[in-house]
Amino acid sequence: MKLDCKHVWEHISGYLDHELDPALLEAVQRHLESCEVCSAVFDSTRNILVLTADDRTFELPVGYSERLHERLAAVIASDEPGRG
Amino acid sequence: MKLAVHDEAALLARILAGETELFHELIRPYEKLVYVTILAIVKNETEAEDGAQETMISAFRYLKSFRGEAKFSTWLVTIAMNEGRKRLRKAKAAAEDSIDESTAESEGDFTPAVLTDWREIPLEALEKKELRSKLREAVEQLPDKYREVFVLRDIEELNQEETAAALGMNVTLVKVRLHRARMMLQKTLVPYLKSEAPGRGGFIRRWFQ
Repeated sequence: MKLDCKHVWEHISGYLDHELDPALLEAVQRHLESCEVCSAVFDSTRNILVLTADDRTFELPVGYSERLHERLAAVIASDEPGRG
Repeated sequence: MKLAVHDEAALLARILAGETELFHELIRPYEKLVYVTILAIVKNETEAEDGAQETMISAFRYLKSFRGEAKFSTWLVTIAMNEGRKRLRKAKAAAEDSIDESTAESEGDFTPAVLTDWREIPLEALEKKELRSKLREAVEQLPDKYREVFVLRDIEELNQEETAAALGMNVTLVKVRLHRARMMLQKTLVPYLKSEAPGRGGFIRRWFQ
Protein backbone atom coordinates (compact mmCIF):
# COMPACT_ATOMS: atom_id res chain seq x y z
CA MET A 1 0.00 0.00 0.00
CA LYS A 2 1.40 3.37 -0.99
CA LEU A 3 -0.04 6.54 0.52
CA ASP A 4 0.30 10.16 -0.41
CA CYS A 5 0.63 12.91 2.20
CA LYS A 6 -3.03 13.85 2.25
CA HIS A 7 -4.04 10.29 3.04
CA VAL A 8 -1.47 10.06 5.79
CA TRP A 9 -2.89 13.19 7.45
CA GLU A 10 -6.32 11.58 7.50
CA HIS A 11 -4.88 8.71 9.52
CA ILE A 12 -2.80 10.67 12.02
CA SER A 13 -5.42 10.41 14.75
CA GLY A 14 -5.93 6.73 14.12
CA TYR A 15 -2.18 6.26 14.24
CA LEU A 16 -1.89 8.17 17.53
CA ASP A 17 -4.75 6.14 19.00
CA HIS A 18 -3.34 2.80 17.80
CA GLU A 19 -6.42 2.09 15.74
CA LEU A 20 -5.02 1.38 12.29
CA ASP A 21 -5.20 -2.12 10.88
CA PRO A 22 -1.80 -3.76 10.28
CA ALA A 23 -1.54 -3.06 6.54
CA LEU A 24 -2.47 0.61 6.93
CA LEU A 25 -0.28 0.97 9.99
CA GLU A 26 2.70 -0.29 8.06
CA ALA A 27 1.99 2.02 5.12
CA VAL A 28 1.62 5.05 7.39
CA GLN A 29 4.76 4.16 9.29
CA ARG A 30 6.75 3.74 6.10
CA HIS A 31 5.54 7.08 4.80
CA LEU A 32 6.37 8.86 8.07
CA GLU A 33 9.89 7.47 8.01
CA SER A 34 10.58 8.92 4.62
CA CYS A 35 8.46 12.09 4.60
CA GLU A 36 9.70 15.05 6.59
CA VAL A 37 6.50 17.02 6.15
CA CYS A 38 4.18 14.33 7.45
CA SER A 39 6.43 13.32 10.31
CA ALA A 40 6.45 16.97 11.39
CA VAL A 41 2.67 17.09 11.29
CA PHE A 42 2.61 13.90 13.29
CA ASP A 43 5.14 15.17 15.86
CA SER A 44 3.31 18.45 16.30
CA THR A 45 -0.04 16.76 16.83
CA ARG A 46 1.50 14.37 19.32
CA ASN A 47 3.12 17.30 21.15
CA ILE A 48 -0.27 18.96 21.48
CA LEU A 49 -1.71 15.81 23.00
CA VAL A 50 1.21 15.59 25.44
CA LEU A 51 0.53 19.17 26.46
CA THR A 52 -3.21 18.49 26.71
CA ALA A 53 -2.64 15.59 29.07
CA ASP A 54 -0.47 17.77 31.31
CA ASP A 55 -2.45 18.43 34.49
CA ARG A 56 -1.28 22.01 34.55
CA THR A 57 -2.90 22.85 31.22
CA PHE A 58 -6.50 22.43 32.30
CA GLU A 59 -6.58 23.19 36.00
CA LEU A 60 -9.39 23.45 38.49
CA PRO A 61 -10.00 26.86 40.11
CA VAL A 62 -8.38 27.30 43.52
CA GLY A 63 -10.74 26.10 46.25
CA TYR A 64 -13.07 24.37 43.77
CA SER A 65 -13.04 21.03 45.54
CA GLU A 66 -13.60 22.53 48.99
CA ARG A 67 -16.57 24.59 47.79
CA LEU A 68 -18.05 21.60 45.98
CA HIS A 69 -17.88 19.32 49.01
CA GLU A 70 -19.16 22.02 51.32
CA ARG A 71 -22.24 22.47 49.16
CA LEU A 72 -22.72 18.73 48.84
CA ALA A 73 -22.46 18.28 52.59
CA ALA A 74 -25.36 20.71 53.05
CA VAL A 75 -27.47 18.83 50.50
CA ILE A 76 -26.59 15.41 51.89
CA ALA A 77 -27.44 16.51 55.42
CA SER A 78 -30.90 17.67 54.39
CA ASP A 79 -31.79 15.15 51.74
CA GLU A 80 -32.07 11.51 50.85
CA PRO A 81 -30.43 10.11 47.72
CA GLY A 82 -32.36 8.46 44.97
CA ARG A 83 -35.67 10.24 45.25
CA GLY A 84 -35.72 10.58 41.48
CA MET B 1 -7.02 8.20 40.40
CA LYS B 2 -10.18 6.42 39.42
CA LEU B 3 -11.69 3.89 41.75
CA ALA B 4 -11.64 0.24 40.81
CA VAL B 5 -15.04 -0.70 39.42
CA HIS B 6 -15.90 -3.07 42.26
CA ASP B 7 -15.07 -0.43 44.87
CA GLU B 8 -17.35 1.96 43.05
CA ALA B 9 -20.21 -0.53 42.93
CA ALA B 10 -19.77 -1.23 46.62
CA LEU B 11 -19.76 2.47 47.43
CA LEU B 12 -22.91 2.99 45.40
CA ALA B 13 -24.70 0.21 47.22
CA ARG B 14 -23.71 1.57 50.62
CA ILE B 15 -24.81 5.09 49.74
CA LEU B 16 -28.19 3.87 48.56
CA ALA B 17 -28.48 1.80 51.72
CA GLY B 18 -28.19 4.97 53.76
CA GLU B 19 -24.51 5.81 54.20
CA THR B 20 -25.02 9.02 52.29
CA GLU B 21 -21.80 10.59 53.55
CA LEU B 22 -19.91 8.24 51.25
CA PHE B 23 -21.19 10.19 48.27
CA HIS B 24 -18.23 12.52 48.81
CA GLU B 25 -15.85 9.64 48.13
CA LEU B 26 -17.84 8.35 45.18
CA ILE B 27 -17.55 11.56 43.19
CA ARG B 28 -14.04 12.60 44.23
CA PRO B 29 -12.36 10.97 41.18
CA TYR B 30 -14.72 12.80 38.82
CA GLU B 31 -14.56 16.37 40.11
CA LYS B 32 -12.35 17.50 37.28
CA LEU B 33 -14.21 15.51 34.63
CA VAL B 34 -17.45 17.27 35.44
CA TYR B 35 -15.91 20.74 35.66
CA VAL B 36 -13.96 20.50 32.41
CA THR B 37 -16.94 19.04 30.58
CA ILE B 38 -19.14 21.99 31.51
CA LEU B 39 -16.37 24.52 30.99
CA ALA B 40 -15.97 23.24 27.45
CA ILE B 41 -19.59 24.11 26.79
CA VAL B 42 -20.13 27.35 28.69
CA LYS B 43 -16.56 28.73 28.42
CA ASN B 44 -16.93 30.61 31.68
CA GLU B 45 -15.24 29.48 34.88
CA THR B 46 -17.86 30.72 37.31
CA GLU B 47 -20.66 29.13 35.30
CA ALA B 48 -18.66 25.93 35.02
CA GLU B 49 -18.10 25.73 38.76
CA ASP B 50 -21.76 26.42 39.52
CA GLY B 51 -22.77 23.87 36.93
CA ALA B 52 -20.40 21.28 38.35
CA GLN B 53 -21.95 21.72 41.80
CA GLU B 54 -25.45 21.38 40.36
CA THR B 55 -24.39 18.29 38.44
CA MET B 56 -23.08 16.56 41.56
CA ILE B 57 -26.22 17.53 43.51
CA SER B 58 -28.42 16.12 40.74
CA ALA B 59 -26.34 12.96 40.70
CA PHE B 60 -26.91 12.59 44.44
CA ARG B 61 -30.65 13.20 44.19
CA TYR B 62 -31.12 10.85 41.27
CA LEU B 63 -28.60 8.24 42.28
CA LYS B 64 -31.26 5.57 42.45
CA SER B 65 -31.96 5.99 38.75
CA PHE B 66 -28.38 5.04 37.94
CA ARG B 67 -28.69 1.33 37.33
CA GLY B 68 -25.19 0.52 36.31
CA GLU B 69 -25.87 -0.24 32.64
CA ALA B 70 -23.50 2.62 31.83
CA LYS B 71 -20.32 3.42 33.67
CA PHE B 72 -20.83 5.85 36.52
CA SER B 73 -18.43 8.30 34.84
CA THR B 74 -20.46 8.23 31.62
CA TRP B 75 -23.66 8.82 33.55
CA LEU B 76 -22.07 11.81 35.30
CA VAL B 77 -20.81 13.24 32.01
CA THR B 78 -24.30 12.98 30.55
CA ILE B 79 -25.72 14.98 33.45
CA ALA B 80 -22.87 17.49 33.14
CA MET B 81 -23.44 17.90 29.39
CA ASN B 82 -27.13 18.59 29.97
CA GLU B 83 -26.33 21.07 32.71
CA GLY B 84 -23.79 22.82 30.49
CA ARG B 85 -26.14 22.99 27.52
CA LYS B 86 -28.93 24.32 29.69
CA ARG B 87 -26.65 27.11 30.93
CA LEU B 88 -25.43 27.85 27.43
CA ARG B 89 -29.00 28.15 26.15
CA LYS B 90 -29.77 30.57 28.94
CA ALA B 91 -26.68 32.64 28.17
CA LYS B 92 -27.48 32.66 24.48
CA ALA B 93 -31.07 33.66 25.07
CA ALA B 94 -29.75 36.52 27.17
CA ALA B 95 -27.52 37.70 24.37
CA GLU B 96 -30.21 38.37 21.81
CA ASP B 97 -28.09 38.67 18.72
CA SER B 98 -25.92 35.67 19.40
CA ILE B 99 -25.34 33.20 16.62
CA ASP B 100 -24.47 29.56 16.97
CA GLU B 101 -21.11 29.18 15.34
CA SER B 102 -21.42 25.43 15.22
CA THR B 103 -24.25 25.49 12.71
CA ALA B 104 -22.04 27.29 10.22
CA GLU B 105 -19.33 24.69 10.49
CA SER B 106 -19.03 22.00 7.86
CA GLU B 107 -17.69 18.55 8.50
CA GLY B 108 -15.46 19.02 5.45
CA ASP B 109 -11.87 18.48 4.62
CA PHE B 110 -9.19 19.77 6.90
CA THR B 111 -5.54 20.26 6.21
CA PRO B 112 -2.96 20.45 8.94
CA ALA B 113 -0.29 23.12 9.10
CA VAL B 114 2.94 21.82 7.70
CA LEU B 115 6.16 23.01 9.23
CA THR B 116 9.07 20.67 9.57
CA ASP B 117 10.46 22.96 12.27
CA TRP B 118 8.15 21.28 14.74
CA ARG B 119 10.34 18.32 15.32
CA GLU B 120 13.11 20.52 16.74
CA ILE B 121 10.93 21.66 19.61
CA PRO B 122 12.65 20.68 22.81
CA LEU B 123 10.47 19.27 25.54
CA GLU B 124 11.29 22.28 27.70
CA ALA B 125 9.35 24.41 25.26
CA LEU B 126 6.26 22.42 26.11
CA GLU B 127 6.76 23.31 29.76
CA LYS B 128 6.11 26.93 29.03
CA LYS B 129 3.19 28.45 30.82
CA GLU B 130 2.42 30.61 27.83
CA LEU B 131 2.07 27.64 25.58
CA ARG B 132 -0.38 26.00 27.93
CA SER B 133 -2.49 29.12 27.91
CA LYS B 134 -2.37 29.24 24.08
CA LEU B 135 -3.64 25.68 24.04
CA ARG B 136 -6.48 26.56 26.41
CA GLU B 137 -7.46 29.45 24.16
CA ALA B 138 -7.28 27.31 21.05
CA VAL B 139 -9.52 24.66 22.62
CA GLU B 140 -11.96 27.35 23.69
CA GLN B 141 -12.14 28.59 20.11
CA LEU B 142 -12.94 25.22 18.58
CA PRO B 143 -16.51 24.96 17.26
CA ASP B 144 -18.76 23.37 19.91
CA LYS B 145 -19.17 19.98 18.31
CA TYR B 146 -15.42 19.48 17.96
CA ARG B 147 -14.59 20.89 21.39
CA GLU B 148 -16.99 18.53 23.17
CA VAL B 149 -15.36 15.48 21.65
CA PHE B 150 -11.81 16.76 22.21
CA VAL B 151 -12.51 17.52 25.87
CA LEU B 152 -13.90 14.08 26.63
CA ARG B 153 -11.35 12.12 24.62
CA ASP B 154 -8.09 14.02 25.02
CA ILE B 155 -8.49 16.02 28.21
CA GLU B 156 -10.60 13.61 30.21
CA GLU B 157 -9.29 10.54 28.44
CA LEU B 158 -12.59 8.73 28.10
CA ASN B 159 -12.43 6.01 25.46
CA GLN B 160 -14.26 6.15 22.11
CA GLU B 161 -17.28 4.20 23.37
CA GLU B 162 -17.66 6.23 26.56
CA THR B 163 -17.39 9.46 24.60
CA ALA B 164 -19.95 8.26 22.06
CA ALA B 165 -22.34 7.25 24.84
CA ALA B 166 -21.95 10.55 26.70
CA LEU B 167 -22.57 12.60 23.57
CA GLY B 168 -25.30 10.38 22.16
CA MET B 169 -23.50 9.76 18.87
CA ASN B 170 -21.81 6.85 17.17
CA VAL B 171 -18.15 5.96 17.50
CA THR B 172 -17.38 6.78 13.87
CA LEU B 173 -18.53 10.37 14.34
CA VAL B 174 -16.48 10.62 17.53
CA LYS B 175 -13.38 9.59 15.57
CA VAL B 176 -14.06 12.00 12.71
CA ARG B 177 -14.65 14.95 15.01
CA LEU B 178 -11.69 14.15 17.22
CA HIS B 179 -9.43 14.05 14.20
CA ARG B 180 -10.77 17.40 12.95
CA ALA B 181 -10.38 18.94 16.40
CA ARG B 182 -6.78 17.79 16.68
CA MET B 183 -5.93 19.05 13.19
CA MET B 184 -7.52 22.44 13.92
CA LEU B 185 -5.49 22.74 17.12
CA GLN B 186 -2.35 21.72 15.30
CA LYS B 187 -2.92 24.41 12.73
CA THR B 188 -3.68 27.09 15.33
CA LEU B 189 -0.75 26.27 17.57
CA VAL B 190 2.01 25.83 15.04
CA PRO B 191 3.14 29.49 15.15
CA TYR B 192 3.60 29.38 18.92
CA LEU B 193 5.69 26.26 18.76
CA LYS B 194 7.91 27.25 15.90
CA SER B 195 11.52 26.76 16.78
CA GLU B 196 14.51 28.62 15.42
CA ALA B 197 15.62 25.72 13.28
CA PRO B 198 16.70 27.49 10.08
CA GLY B 199 16.76 26.67 6.45
CA ARG B 200 13.77 24.48 5.86
CA GLY B 201 11.39 26.99 4.36
CA GLY B 202 12.68 26.33 0.89
CA PHE B 203 11.99 22.64 1.20
CA ILE B 204 8.44 23.16 2.35
CA ARG B 205 7.69 25.70 -0.35
CA ARG B 206 9.02 23.41 -3.05
CA TRP B 207 6.99 20.53 -1.67
CA PHE B 208 3.72 22.39 -1.86
CA GLN B 209 4.10 24.17 -5.18
